[in-house]
Amino acid sequence: MRIGVITFPGSLDDRDAQRAIRLAGAESVSLWHGEHDLKGVDALVLPGGFSYGDYLRCGAIAARSPIMSEVIDAANAGMPVLGICNGFQILVEAHLLPGGLIRNDHGDFICRDQRMRVENTSTAWTNGFTEGQEITIPLKNGEGGFIADAETIARLEGENRVVFRYLDVNPNGSVNDIAGIANERGNVVGLMPHPEHAVEPGFGPDTPDAMRSGTDGLAFFTSAIAALARA
Amino acid sequence: MPTIVVEVMPKAELLDPQGKAIAGALARLGKNEFSAVRQGKRFELTVDGPVDEALLAEVRELAEDMLANTVIEDVVSVHQAEIESVAAGETH
Repeated sequence: MRIGVITFPGSLDDRDAQRAIRLAGAESVSLWHGEHDLKGVDALVLPGGFSYGDYLRCGAIAARSPIMSEVIDAANAGMPVLGICNGFQILVEAHLLPGGLIRNDHGDFICRDQRMRVENTSTAWTNGFTEGQEITIPLKNGEGGFIADAETIARLEGENRVVFRYLDVNPNGSVNDIAGIANERGNVVGLMPHPEHAVEPGFGPDTPDAMRSGTDGLAFFTSAIAALARA
Repeated sequence: MPTIVVEVMPKAELLDPQGKAIAGALARLGKNEFSAVRQGKRFELTVDGPVDEALLAEVRELAEDMLANTVIEDVVSVHQAEIESVAAGETH
């Protein structure tokens, strides 16, 4: 099982995503934004960061990178694709997911361990969770406010495509506390929080059991491996 | 050099956190005559050759496709900056 991580100019969390993939039990493959080559991977992760310094709009320039034509074709053919933070913004700008992400309503960059609920466990990236499971993974963004027109929100809610919802506090003003969404088929998922930072005891969020012992992010990657094994 | 100007604004019905922050700063400066601020973007595209209707049409398309994200923003204007040379019928 080979999962590709695309590095764009300004990606920050590509190495963490690669490590998460390896810890989950798959082979990690480095991909470069400027090439038209997915190197035969079975799934894709678009990592967090600040591609092109957030110029124009977050993710807007990266969404028009050479490799994105292959990503769009692969996503439309059913390949599991996960966009984390800036990767989510890139997927939205590439029109693989609906809506948009704007500056946090309170105007501040926010960095915290965020509790959220898994609302849909039928996607390629969430099948390892239980319905309604509450998880905690890090969140760090300045422009994570999810918005869309009322019709799009109603469709996302009606089709059970809101995959994650913030709990306790809405950290960025996202409509309906939306933290992450999926495409119709469920193979493309995007979210603002960072599962790749919660995959190894000692380096994750605090839990009631022990400091930094949280590994709730690991199931994202094991879910994709399970989805590929079934396919 | 002829220049095509594209102006983009956040959609009126959506929250504009930047404009809101600026409005708050103005209020703190005692400028209470402004009830709201919205912040947009202005792009200036310099053109080597002449600007004709076909090029303006192409820029309008580019504006909707790339310079703005029409999910969250509106293109409010696409026009040529050096209007006087157009009016005089000059070619560049």
